[in-house]
Amino acid sequence: MFAGAPQYLISGLTVGATYGLTALGFTMIFNTTGIINFAQGEFVMLGGMLAVVLQKAGAPLPVAIMLAVAVTALVGCLIERGVIRPVGRTAPVNLVIITIGISILLRGAVMLIWGKDTFALPPFSGSAPLAILGAAVQPQSLWVLLITLLLLVALKLFFSRTIHGKAMLACACEQKAAALMGISVDRMAMLSFGLSGFLGAVGGAILTPITLTSYDVGVMLGLKGFAACILGGLGNPFGAAAGGLILGVLESFGAGFVSSAYKDAFAFIVLLALLFVKPTGLFGGPKSDRV
Amino acid sequence: MGLFRKNFGLLAFAAALGLAPLALPNDYYINVLILCCFNALIVMGLNLLMGYAGQVSLGHAAFFGLAAYTTAISTATLGLPIPVGMLAGVAVSAAVAWLLAVPTLKLHGNYLAMATLGFGIIVSIVFNEAVGLTGGPSGFVGIPRLKIAGFTFTSDKAYYFLSAAVLWVATLVSRRVIGSRTGRALRAIHVSESAAQAMGIDIARHKRFVFVLSAVYAGVAGTLYAHHLTFVAPSSFGFHFSVQLLTMVVLGGMASIWGAVAGAFFLTSLPEFLRMFEEVDILIYGGLLIACMMFMPSGLAGGAQAIARKLKAGVRRG
Amino acid sequence: MADLLEVRNVSVRFGGVQALSEAALTVRQGDITSLIGPNGAGKTTLLGVVSGAVTPTGGTVRLAGQDLSGLPIHLRAQAGVVRTFQNLEIFSNMTALENVMTGAHMKAGYSMLDSLLHTPRFTREEKRLRELAMEKLEFVGLAERRDALASDLPYGEQRLLELARAMASGPRLLLLDEPAAGMNNKETAGLGTIIRRIRDELHIGVALVEHDMELVMDISDRITVLHFGSVLAEGTPKEIQDNPDVVAAYLGED
Ligand SMILES: Nc1ncnc2c1ncn2[C@@H]1O[C@H](COP(=O)(O)OP(=O)(O)OP(=O)(O)O)[C@@H](O)[C@H]1O
Ligand SMILES: [Mg+2]
Repeated sequence: MFAGAPQYLISGLTVGATYGLTALGFTMIFNTTGIINFAQGEFVMLGGMLAVVLQKAGAPLPVAIMLAVAVTALVGCLIERGVIRPVGRTAPVNLVIITIGISILLRGAVMLIWGKDTFALPPFSGSAPLAILGAAVQPQSLWVLLITLLLLVALKLFFSRTIHGKAMLACACEQKAAALMGISVDRMAMLSFGLSGFLGAVGGAILTPITLTSYDVGVMLGLKGFAACILGGLGNPFGAAAGGLILGVLESFGAGFVSSAYKDAFAFIVLLALLFVKPTGLFGGPKSDRV
Repeated sequence: MGLFRKNFGLLAFAAALGLAPLALPNDYYINVLILCCFNALIVMGLNLLMGYAGQVSLGHAAFFGLAAYTTAISTATLGLPIPVGMLAGVAVSAAVAWLLAVPTLKLHGNYLAMATLGFGIIVSIVFNEAVGLTGGPSGFVGIPRLKIAGFTFTSDKAYYFLSAAVLWVATLVSRRVIGSRTGRALRAIHVSESAAQAMGIDIARHKRFVFVLSAVYAGVAGTLYAHHLTFVAPSSFGFHFSVQLLTMVVLGGMASIWGAVAGAFFLTSLPEFLRMFEEVDILIYGGLLIACMMFMPSGLAGGAQAIARKLKAGVRRG
Repeated sequence: MADLLEVRNVSVRFGGVQALSEAALTVRQGDITSLIGPNGAGKTTLLGVVSGAVTPTGGTVRLAGQDLSGLPIHLRAQAGVVRTFQNLEIFSNMTALENVMTGAHMKAGYSMLDSLLHTPRFTREEKRLRELAMEKLEFVGLAERRDALASDLPYGEQRLLELARAMASGPRLLLLDEPAAGMNNKETAGLGTIIRRIRDELHIGVALVEHDMELVMDISDRITVLHFGSVLAEGTPKEIQDNPDVVAAYLGED
């Protein structure tokens, strides 16, 4: 009965990589601003949709993807500058509402401009499956895993080598410390939104050749990205990435062995189960609120 | 003295609800009014949760839907009496809310928002996939019209008066909850959980209470909805509707009972006047949410209050 | 008889920071014990351990002999441990009176059903709470501000409001975290009088964290000095002022 296991593992890791990138995006923004960005999934959607649209308009695939990623990162920065910063310090509930508003606005705009259809992007290098460990692996899966890995390495360097990276790794409540180190909190916030847009868009663009995309894929991706965050321990970037991979694999096995109709429910059940037993996530330590 | 003045709002509201049908050009609009009442009911509960206690639910459509499907299945499939089905509907909503609240409400507000978002989506999936139970995407037909103690609510007018009465009672209940120590505790939790706890308030219990209460409001609306339309489909209970509800709360004004009513009536009837609304509604909701939070965080109710204050000051100055 | 508050060997770690190591604090019934120490010494953390907001890695906290460890914040409040906050945590969405009435939350003797039906008990109890709250507002001198929105009050009055709110819950032990911060000299003097009255008239034990040395030396019965999370010295104000370690580590500094 476990004949399909390697297959499920690979496809789980592939999708999980995107969850992980989404989760990383959540973490960046959360660590620098304390905000949970409910528009995170829309970044992923934008990355995929823009790449599709640009490619259709005649741009070569790599150019289309790079442009899509750049535009999404810019959108992230604009959101911070145009909405989040003017609102300033306010109750968490207000920030949730604002980011929800942003996500709906983005989704609505994409729907009005490009319609409700589902779009595809060609794979980066052919679609003839490779046989690995008895599983038929699409080359695109390898691309997804490779690019995610490269991003993780780059982020690791960013977090350990640059002052902005170090500050970002610290907790949101260390804003005062950041200010003391001469880092502008505003600029950090903008950077984190831009970087989240970037990560989300990359995740969206590289996954689209496998899973297709449409204006409304953001909700589900955002939700799963958040579940991955919690799984990894909110605030811990590499925990988030690992959480994404774990979630992807769980989901893939769940869909394969249990029921594919309820595939999307797994992430959520995992999330709730985890909140029940270990609210700080698999890799998170105990946490106390500061007053 | 005080008794009349203190309850003036409620009396005026009763009068307005009672007289509203007279102001309608034709009977089609009575159905819009009924929908307004349903939505106002849900939004009022959601406002207790969001506006007062500061907790966000992005899945309230699911509680509405759970109750609607439960009473539909109880009455049409199982043949139970309608009041039993309706009670079961509300009970299911409340019980599910309670279960959801236990793990999430202990934690930061963000978790509840995300958990309810996920919950709403899962419930939508179930409504669509459990075809044997729910009829799947094409919907559930043949729900009996409401009949209580031998009286069938055949005319839309009768149904409207029933819905309006329920809404009025819900308003009364909301006001009394808010005016009690529980209401103060909820408002305290909104601003500072640490301080609320330091005053001996069990914040988990209070959050759970208000979350379940808001699910009950949605559940009552759901059962009334099912027996009014006699048909329910999953598309009415999706994420889109949750967002609409959220927008109604925010536009009407957080932490204002009248704001909740105003927001619900306004946004429910708006599409009737703006035909092109359907196509761009999602943009409008998104835009309204952002704009309200940026420029009018206390919504229509807050705006009205500000104007009233100015007028008063103007009169005094004379 | 056991002291009102006995904190022994308490240690707290936040990630890489050892905020408290083997710290101790004693407050006697009807005494003012001040907790002083440089910024970051762990004073707020120690109050947090007592109130239940911070979980220590070790040590004991006893209130009148009863072990409080494991009790959540609200149950400690119900046991009589109530605090104010260094960073002001007033309920900005309520009036001054409502703030203090919220403080009296535990004192209200009516159920949800009473409030839904507006039973005589509800009306009576709400009236009693209102009077109690007014009394506390008068105690701190804010009676006239009862209907002002808490967020509209000036800073010094917000501090007093927090104090009134804490008083309304009927504490046995009051934990005050820098109540004089942001107050001018006159306000601070008034605060000193109020805290003294809390001790002398109400016999409540007070643990006071404060940087204003004049106030501390003036009103404290005993003082505990924290330094890098450990107790550097403990004694009467006189003893502390004469302690060379303290002078070197702290008092001489500014
Ligand atoms: N929630 C927290 N997470 C991480 N570190 C913390 C937390 N709370 C306090 N700390 C750290 O613990 C140490 C003690 O802090 P604490 O607030 O108790 O000091 P304090 O004596 O009250 O200082 P101040 O006089 O500035 O109020 C500091 O180094 C602080 O940065
Ligand atoms: Mg402190």
